[in-house]
Amino acid sequence: MKPIWYFVGLILSLMGTIIFLTGLYNLYYPESTQKVLSGMHPDVWWGALMAIIGLVYIFYNRNKKIF
Amino acid sequence: MHAIGLSFVDWLIIAIYFGFVIGLGFYLKKFTTSEEDFFLAGRKNSSWVAGIAFLSANLGALEIMGMTGNTFKYGMYVAHFYWIGAIPAMLFLGIYMMPFYYSSKIKSVPGYLKLRFDEKTRVLNGIAFAIMTLLVSGINLYAMALVLHTFLGWPWHISMWAAAVTVAAYVTLSGLMSAIFTEIIQFFLIWFGLFLVSILGIVEIGSVKEIFARIPPSFNTLWSTSGNPAQNGMVITWGGIVLGLGFVLSFGYWTTDFLVVQRAFSAKDLRSARMTPILASFFKMALPFIVILAGLIALVLSRDPKSGFHLLSDNGHINYDSALPLLIARYYPKGLIGLGVTALLAGFMAGQAGNISAFNTVWTYDIYKSIINKKASDIHLLWMGRVATIVGIIISLGTAYWAMSFPSIMDYMQAIFSWVNAPLFATMLLGMFVVWITPNGAFWGLITGMFSSFFLYLADKFNWIDKSIITLSHSSSDMAVNFWRAWWAWLICFFVTIIISLFTKKKPKEELVGLVKGLTKENVDKDISFFKKPEFYAILSLIVLIALNIYFW
Repeated sequence: MKPIWYFVGLILSLMGTIIFLTGLYNLYYPESTQKVLSGMHPDVWWGALMAIIGLVYIFYNRNKKIF
Repeated sequence: MHAIGLSFVDWLIIAIYFGFVIGLGFYLKKFTTSEEDFFLAGRKNSSWVAGIAFLSANLGALEIMGMTGNTFKYGMYVAHFYWIGAIPAMLFLGIYMMPFYYSSKIKSVPGYLKLRFDEKTRVLNGIAFAIMTLLVSGINLYAMALVLHTFLGWPWHISMWAAAVTVAAYVTLSGLMSAIFTEIIQFFLIWFGLFLVSILGIVEIGSVKEIFARIPPSFNTLWSTSGNPAQNGMVITWGGIVLGLGFVLSFGYWTTDFLVVQRAFSAKDLRSARMTPILASFFKMALPFIVILAGLIALVLSRDPKSGFHLLSDNGHINYDSALPLLIARYYPKGLIGLGVTALLAGFMAGQAGNISAFNTVWTYDIYKSIINKKASDIHLLWMGRVATIVGIIISLGTAYWAMSFPSIMDYMQAIFSWVNAPLFATMLLGMFVVWITPNGAFWGLITGMFSSFFLYLADKFNWIDKSIITLSHSSSDMAVNFWRAWWAWLICFFVTIIISLFTKKKPKEELVGLVKGLTKENVDKDISFFKKPEFYAILSLIVLIALNIYFW
């Protein structure tokens, strides 16, 4: 069985990538209603951070098996 | 308020979460072949897996939203729930109680009561716990539907049924293992989904120092105003915090509530089981950086008219629970909104799955096998666990609809907790550390404690007794009354158990070996180096706890 950390990596990288790509899209086509601190583009860097951490988890657990 | 609008991307993220947890249930089913796999996740988990699940079982969305709202209402004093109101109890469980729990190879906390005392004490606690978990599970479902309806405009029935069917699917497929897996995923989603609120709040206000500078002195300290209840936001003395929250409520919940303790039972060996609550204590101490900080940010923004931020109001009453969803709506663009909503959804569903997986174990072993079918085979018990999961979910749905037509049931939740857990802690403490406590002493002490807790709740609610008699103080909040009520229930159970034990028949000592201190060999983790011992990590945790309390004194 794959360890839980592998699945944590999968879901973080999947969601992080979607949020990151949406953030990039919002950079070029900004939303009509701007949120507070929207100039910081939290979706871009937070999504990227999630995706990277998720990929690290996948990489370190890709060949591991527990019982 | 206008519902928070969700875009296609937000829906996609929510759909990924639902698909992921059901997929995990199917994947784990292949590895769930015995009753031990289903009820105790095969007893194969590392201390990290069991530790994060231990914490996450307590980390429901109700807790996160409620505590953020409470911080808005009471200020920094809410941090006591995460520090003195949790850490000493978690460390005590790991260091002193876990050897008795884990080494006796019991399947549940009521199972320990059977070995230490007798069948009637086990059944009494089993039934009380089963009722409590189903009520909590149903009310959790109702609260989730309420949040989704208020903030997202989702229909009640669809929200409740979608969550219930998903939880039923993955818990039925692989029991505690899938509950633990989803709890760990929930833990990561909560940090990634909600910690960003605190970061953006700090950026908007300027700094953490600025946040503390802009709130009243009665809201920004932990202990320095606890000598006089009139000077702090929670209107409580240090005695109420230490005795009620820090001792009875905290130890009652963290050391005896099977919902959390079950996660430690799933550990692969005794050292991992002992490390489970100790590792969890570090994560617990970090949670105020989401919950308390978000509540203080909401408080600062609401006091600044230029921010345009104010909490929702229902019929003139401030809805404190709206603080966190409103901050999400304030800062998060599309995509991140989906993540924030998924974090809350994951919190609700993991909370419900935790209750249901604890319920199916207690029902199967402590009620069904104990009273109804004493000769049930392992295969039959595995089947019964799956049936209990589905029936438990159906009863939870019934409770949720009941709560919908009778919203004040939410008010009784606090009473239910102190009714079951506060006296049970007295029974457990005496049972594990005093050899001469008898089965009848434990049983009648537990009953008296449970009734006294419930009586004090009614006495306060209907003004039969003045609050000042319960809290030993002329000014007090509802929270202060809760803390003191738990203390009195514990004390009554403690003394009744001792007095009855003095006059009733004791169990032979040979039957108590491995269950009581003094009759058990103390060779736990003797052969490992000091730096690998649970005691070492418990000392580290204690040092961090003391440092946090001094820093925010």
